[in-house]
Amino acid sequence: MQENEMLQLLKGRFGQITQEEATKAAVVPKALLLDVADFLKNQELAFDDLHCITAIDRVERIELVYIFYSIEKRHTLTIKVYLAPDDLKIESLAGLWRSADWFEREIYDLFGVYFLNHPDLRRILNPYDWDAHPLRKDFSDPDFIKKPQY
Amino acid sequence: MELMITENNNSIHSEEFYVNMGPQHPSTHGVLYLELKLDGEVVVDCIVHIGYLHRSMEKIAENRTYTQFIPFTDRLDYLASMNNNLGYVLAVEKLLNLEVTERAKYIRVIIAELNRIASHLVAVGTFAQDLGAFATPLFYCFREREKIVELFDELCGNRLTYDYMRIGGVQFDLPQGIDEKIRQVIKYLRSRINDYESLLTYNTIFLIRSKDIGILPKDLALNYSVTGPNLRASGVKYDLRKDEPYLVYDKFQFDIPVGENGDAWDRYRVRMEEMRQSLRIIEQAIAGMPEGDPTAKVGRIHRPAAGEVYAKTENPRGVLGFYIVSDGSPCPYRLKIRAPSFSNLAVLPNLIKGLRVADVVCILGSLDVVMGEIDR
Repeated sequence: MQENEMLQLLKGRFGQITQEEATKAAVVPKALLLDVADFLKNQELAFDDLHCITAIDRVERIELVYIFYSIEKRHTLTIKVYLAPDDLKIESLAGLWRSADWFEREIYDLFGVYFLNHPDLRRILNPYDWDAHPLRKDFSDPDFIKKPQY
Repeated sequence: MELMITENNNSIHSEEFYVNMGPQHPSTHGVLYLELKLDGEVVVDCIVHIGYLHRSMEKIAENRTYTQFIPFTDRLDYLASMNNNLGYVLAVEKLLNLEVTERAKYIRVIIAELNRIASHLVAVGTFAQDLGAFATPLFYCFREREKIVELFDELCGNRLTYDYMRIGGVQFDLPQGIDEKIRQVIKYLRSRINDYESLLTYNTIFLIRSKDIGILPKDLALNYSVTGPNLRASGVKYDLRKDEPYLVYDKFQFDIPVGENGDAWDRYRVRMEEMRQSLRIIEQAIAGMPEGDPTAKVGRIHRPAAGEVYAKTENPRGVLGFYIVSDGSPCPYRLKIRAPSFSNLAVLPNLIKGLRVADVVCILGSLDVVMGEIDR
């Protein structure tokens, strides 16, 4: 199924889903994420593979990017969830796809987004006792050399 | 002297205990730390600790130009540097809407498949080493890999971190007469791979150690987003070179080997068969090589329009993806590396519960993870 058709299907089912113009990704409200994820996995779209989760720090918000793939139907879908910087909490998808476990730990480690109901939310790449989130744009450290100007 | 008989004396006292396997351990293929909870020799639980090789590549990427980041991708999966280069430049080219010449595509396919064979040779050799076939298969595999490394040395002057792909093409054209050398290497490898089959595949000790060990069922593999030979060994016919062909893979005849049980032996068999299929692809690519100039004809500083792109390629270890966000400046705004080994390792605790410590080594070897791309 094409991404546009999937988006129409999601819009028909949930209503509040919009499309991001630049990337054509479906933007899902934070509160709907678990319902949408459940629909994606268990209904006709049959997304059996949560291929990747990542985050982008846009300063005014943090965007979570979920990329799904269906081995059965061989189609892919990207959804996004916007998080306000003062409320970095979101439901974990680890109950639906186990691959989300480590992806979410990585985002927690690097961006400081808290995943509620995550089975084991610890840092994964950085030391357990560190308190910074290095991929945030406001990250600073004496040893960190800022981007050169071109 | 009279023996004291107490309640507990008729059984040996035992309890579960923890063993730290790694971070420095010869069988963990890098700095991987497994916290094993054991009952005698049986694994009860396993916690995986990673991050010992974390070099904050994604942060570095935000402070380098697109071209400057290419050498960093070599250090992800250092056994398949060419494939990492390829995945990255394809993503950037997708972001820039850049089309490369036909000859560059063919060269990229040949190089990527040669590196796939080199990578699988290390995987098979170390796997056999882990199973106790001490030194012989490993040294044989490294001897064969040397032939490919010598080709790469002639091609770009490096033996491990090649830095050969460029945004818009490749660094150099193929040197004079290298196609004849590649043909000889193909012929040599064909007979050698058959040798390994007779040396290892149906060897009784090898079979006992790897057959029905570490069975990864299809749905568990999908649930953990396991990709590459590990997924195909579980019976899922999914290979990006066939399913979403990039470069010129759709022009070549090759098969996708799949396993039946998803055990360690199947994963080994899939890798062996993939090497043969890669040889087929290289042969066809050399035969159909078009003329032209494969080198990049664009500048070194790229300013892609603001946007986001996700490009994935089939690496020797699975699907390698690059998610690149551009804000119009010469450096990526955000670069995410979706490394195949990361997901392939996450499934490990499910496979080893209830097995013995020696099987942990076997299963880890059969999953063939590289810490460089897990920790990034």
